[in-house]
Amino acid sequence: MTLARRIIPCMDTDGKRVVKGVEFRGLRDAGDPAELAARYNHEGADELVVLDIAASRDHRPTFLETIRRVAAQLALPLTAGGGIRSVADARAVLRAGADKLTINTAAVHRPELLTEMAAEFGSQAVVLAIDARARPSVAGGWEVYVRGGHDAAGLDAVAWAQQGVAAGAGEILLTSIDRDGTRSGFDCALTRAVAAAVCVPVIASGGADTPAHFLEVFLTAAADAALAAGIFHDGSCSIQTVKRYLKEQGVPVRIEE
Amino acid sequence: MSIAILEYGAGNPASVERAFERLGAATRRAATPQDLEGARAIVLPGVGHFGALARGLAASGLDAAVRAALAQQVPFLGICLGLQALYESSLEAPGERGFGIFRGTVVPLPAGVKLPHMGWNQLRPLRGSRLLLGLSPEAYFYFAHSYAANASGSEAAACVYGAEFAAVVELGSIFGVQFHPEKSGAAGAQVLRNFLECLS
Repeated sequence: MTLARRIIPCMDTDGKRVVKGVEFRGLRDAGDPAELAARYNHEGADELVVLDIAASRDHRPTFLETIRRVAAQLALPLTAGGGIRSVADARAVLRAGADKLTINTAAVHRPELLTEMAAEFGSQAVVLAIDARARPSVAGGWEVYVRGGHDAAGLDAVAWAQQGVAAGAGEILLTSIDRDGTRSGFDCALTRAVAAAVCVPVIASGGADTPAHFLEVFLTAAADAALAAGIFHDGSCSIQTVKRYLKEQGVPVRIEE
Repeated sequence: MSIAILEYGAGNPASVERAFERLGAATRRAATPQDLEGARAIVLPGVGHFGALARGLAASGLDAAVRAALAQQVPFLGICLGLQALYESSLEAPGERGFGIFRGTVVPLPAGVKLPHMGWNQLRPLRGSRLLLGLSPEAYFYFAHSYAANASGSEAAACVYGAEFAAVVELGSIFGVQFHPEKSGAAGAQVLRNFLECLS
């Protein structure tokens, strides 16, 4: 009896459509979020993440509608984020059908937001999303970036993860900007450093291409979950393929008969 | 006759609603005692804080109405915090009262494991469970919680995470599950189907 390692498809959206870029740039259309969600619900996803990477104020209702459409397809947990700046924003996202929310830029600007959200919704609903890039100049080796990977926040990623958990985050969604979209494998050093520093689950993200990449991040970096987008969207590697491989290798995963 | 899904201000009844609807069972949301009248069953989909739940139910008058329904053996399913509410109290909110169907106090999961207990885990069936009928012992269910009722040996199934805790409790027509059947894929749907079977 062991907690299964989770495989999580992520849908980056422009609010309405799924988009995919490389290193957070060069976006192209990758389908309808509700259609993809229905597919992942059947293919054995353990959870789904849907993000609004445009996150502009004016199209908020569009993204909430997307959350509703996605949630309607799922018998799985749903995490949603992008542009959440207040408890009221968070409440709207949860009301639309998400079980958890991710906060990134707004938490860097005001860490107390994590505390307020945990008090209101429970820390199990509060996921701190950290976008990090290797920076030898930063003490721990990785620097936090905000605004969709655009701006350096001047924070050490490992220290920020610890601070975020102390403030109320119940989970860390850790994305390596260096690896995102490159299909060169997860940043295991980054994941290991953060997973060792916090007492909450860590979701590794950025760089997945093959089942072996997932095995590596679970075995060598102590990730609790691993997230991927492109390889699942375009079908180059299915969730079932990843899970069967992990099971053969002795990693506990959920496979429904 | 429909299934009344309790609404107490926190949490989101929509996913539980959809899960029952997928199985062809009609539901209604219950925010007042009147909404419980004639209900075929009551479902408490708890998310969040024990104190918020207790205060929310008390403020709307649902607390007394649910206690009366439980005393009359109206079928009941508590999910996650809804299971915890079936116990006498919780250390998450000392001073607040649970429904007291099961003896004991809900306690934090022990330190030393990552908390919350979040993700898919398996169960240890302790005795013939009606909710788990037809399910493989290998089946996984989705958990998201930091508090739990310690296993006493009398529950229908336990789960081990840091400590052994009550994962499925059953007493007559009153049921509780610490996991989220509405988010547990096909295995979770089977649990809800089994609950519906108990109503007919």
